[in-house]
Amino acid sequence: MFSSFCPPVADVLLFLPSCCRCSPLSALLLLMLSSFCPPVAAPASLFCLCPPAASHPSLIFHCPAAALKYTDKHEWVRVEDGVGTVGISKFAQEALGDVVYCGLPDVGTKLSQSDEFGALESVKAASELYSPLTGEVTEVNNALSDNPGLVNKSCYKDGWLIKMTISVPEELDALMDEAAYERYIRSIED
Amino acid sequence: MELGVKDSKLQNSSEKKASLKQTPLHDFHRSQGGKMVEFAGWSMPVQYRDSHITSHLHTRHHCSIFDVSHMLQTKVYGKDRVKFMESLVVGDIAELKDNQGTLSLFTNTKGGIMDDLIVTKTDQGYLYVVSNAGCADKDSAHMQARLREFKAAGHDVDLEYLEESLIALQGPSMARVLQEGVGDDLSKLTFMTSVLTPVFGIPGCRVTRCGYTGEDGVEISVPRDSVVALTERLLANDEVKLAGLGSRDSLRLEAGLCLYGNDIDETTTPVEAALVWTIGKRRRQVRDFPGADIIIPQIKAKTQRKRVGLISNGPPIRQHTPILSPEGRVIGEVTSGCPSPCLKQNVAMGYVETSFSKAGTPVQVEVRKKMVPAVVSKMPFVPTNYYTGH
Repeated sequence: MFSSFCPPVADVLLFLPSCCRCSPLSALLLLMLSSFCPPVAAPASLFCLCPPAASHPSLIFHCPAAALKYTDKHEWVRVEDGVGTVGISKFAQEALGDVVYCGLPDVGTKLSQSDEFGALESVKAASELYSPLTGEVTEVNNALSDNPGLVNKSCYKDGWLIKMTISVPEELDALMDEAAYERYIRSIED
Repeated sequence: MELGVKDSKLQNSSEKKASLKQTPLHDFHRSQGGKMVEFAGWSMPVQYRDSHITSHLHTRHHCSIFDVSHMLQTKVYGKDRVKFMESLVVGDIAELKDNQGTLSLFTNTKGGIMDDLIVTKTDQGYLYVVSNAGCADKDSAHMQARLREFKAAGHDVDLEYLEESLIALQGPSMARVLQEGVGDDLSKLTFMTSVLTPVFGIPGCRVTRCGYTGEDGVEISVPRDSVVALTERLLANDEVKLAGLGSRDSLRLEAGLCLYGNDIDETTTPVEAALVWTIGKRRRQVRDFPGADIIIPQIKAKTQRKRVGLISNGPPIRQHTPILSPEGRVIGEVTSGCPSPCLKQNVAMGYVETSFSKAGTPVQVEVRKKMVPAVVSKMPFVPTNYYTGH
C-alpha cells in the first residue's frame, strides 16, 4: 500500500500497476499530481486513481477495469461494486496443468481469510484453494463443471471460481498487487 | 493453492538434484523441454512441452517414447539359471518357449510381493529380467543372496547387471515406425516375445514386445552410448513424441496395471492382489517358491480383501481415499487413482472386503469429507491392444 508517502492526497491516491486502464480525465489529474508526489512503484508505467473498495463511494474517479490483488497462495481477487471475484493466477494454472475437476463451495458458504474453500484437480494432483478474504460466497462459476479447462484457458476471465462479499475491506490492503506478485513468483522460482 | 507436486513418489527439490541419478537421456530430456522430477532416486521427466492429457492421448492414437533406463535389467547365466529364477518367483519359467517372457513376482516368506518383473527366457543362454527402479537395491540384494546359496550348493548360476539403456516405444503406430529400422518382420514378434536385432543401424539391441501402457509396444534395450541417437532417430518420425512419468502413470492405470509400492507391496499376497494368474500351474502343485504355503491355500479359501477397479464421476479419487459400503462402513482403501483422459471419468484401484469385489457392486468413496458414489469395475478400464499376431 503506497498511499502514506504523500500526505495531501493520501486518502485518494492508490498507486496501481499497469493492468489498470484509466479514463483520460484521471490520467490528466495524475500528471498534475505527479509533480507533487513522485510515484514510488517504479516499474509501472501507468497509474490511475482507484478508490479502495467500498470505503469512498463519493469519489468520482473509478477504474473501468479493477486491479487484481494476489495472495501468496496464488489466488487473485478483483473487487467491483463491493463484490470480490476470485480465481487463480497464470503461474498457478501453468504449474497445475490441465484442470479436470473443480471442487467449489456452495453459495452462502461463509469464509474467513485463508480458509480452504475448494480444490482444483489435474490428472496428476489436487491443489487446495484458499480464500483471499473474509466474506460470503455469492456465486460459483457453474461453467466449470462442464468445462474445467476454462481455468487454464482463461484464468483471469472466464475461469473465475467464486464471487464473494467483502466483510473486511482492509484485508485487501495486505494483499500483493501485480508488481509485488511478480516479484514474489520470481523469488520462489529460484 | 499449494503448488508443488502432491504425488508422494515425486519430489521437485533443487537440493536433491545434485545427488539424483541420471540416465544417458537426461540432458536430452531437458533440451526437449522435459520437466524433471525425482523418482526412485533418479531425475526423470514427468512431462515435456505438451500437456499431460495431450501426451497421454498421443500414446493411445500414435506412439510415444518413454525413457525407462532407470529400471534394473539383469541377465541370469548358467546351467541352473531356470531353477535359480524359479526359487525366487511364482511363475513356470521352465515352460516358457524360447524368447518368450512373462510377468512374474518376487515373493517373500510371508507370501507378500517383493516386486513385479518381466522374465524372458532367451535362446542365448541367459534369462533377461527387467524389474522396478524403486526396488533395484532390494531386488539385487535378494538375487545376490540366492546366488550365494546356489553357488555354495555347487550350482552353475551367474548374474550380470546390464549397463544398457532402456526405452519404451508404445502406441498403435509403433510397429510401422519401428519396422523402418528393423530387418526382422515385426508381425512375427508377438506380445511377450523378444529378439536381438540392430535397430536403425545400432548393433547390440534387444527388442521385447511388452510395455506398461496397454497399447501395442516394445521396450528396446540399447547400448547407452547410442540411446540418444536412437531416440532422435525415432523422433524424426512425425508419429513419435516423447512422454514422461505423468502419462506413464495415467496410461498404466487405464490399462489396469499395478504400480509396485501403491497397488502391490510386501503386505499384499498375489491372491489378494488378483494376480493368481502369475502363479504357474506346476508351481501351485510343487509349492516351491517363497511364501507358497501361505499363498496357495488362499487360492481356494479366498482372502479377506481383494484388489478391484473403481469408476466414479465428480472429484477424482486418489491413493488413500477410504472406500465405504453403501451403508457407510469402511470396507477398504484406494491404492492409486486418477481422472482417465480417455474415459473422462475417474478410475482407481484399491482393496475392498471380498464380498464387495464383484464387478458392478456399488460402493462409496470419501473425498474431502463428502461421500461420492463409485462402482467396482473390471479392468482394464480402457481396452488393451496387445499384439497377439492375429
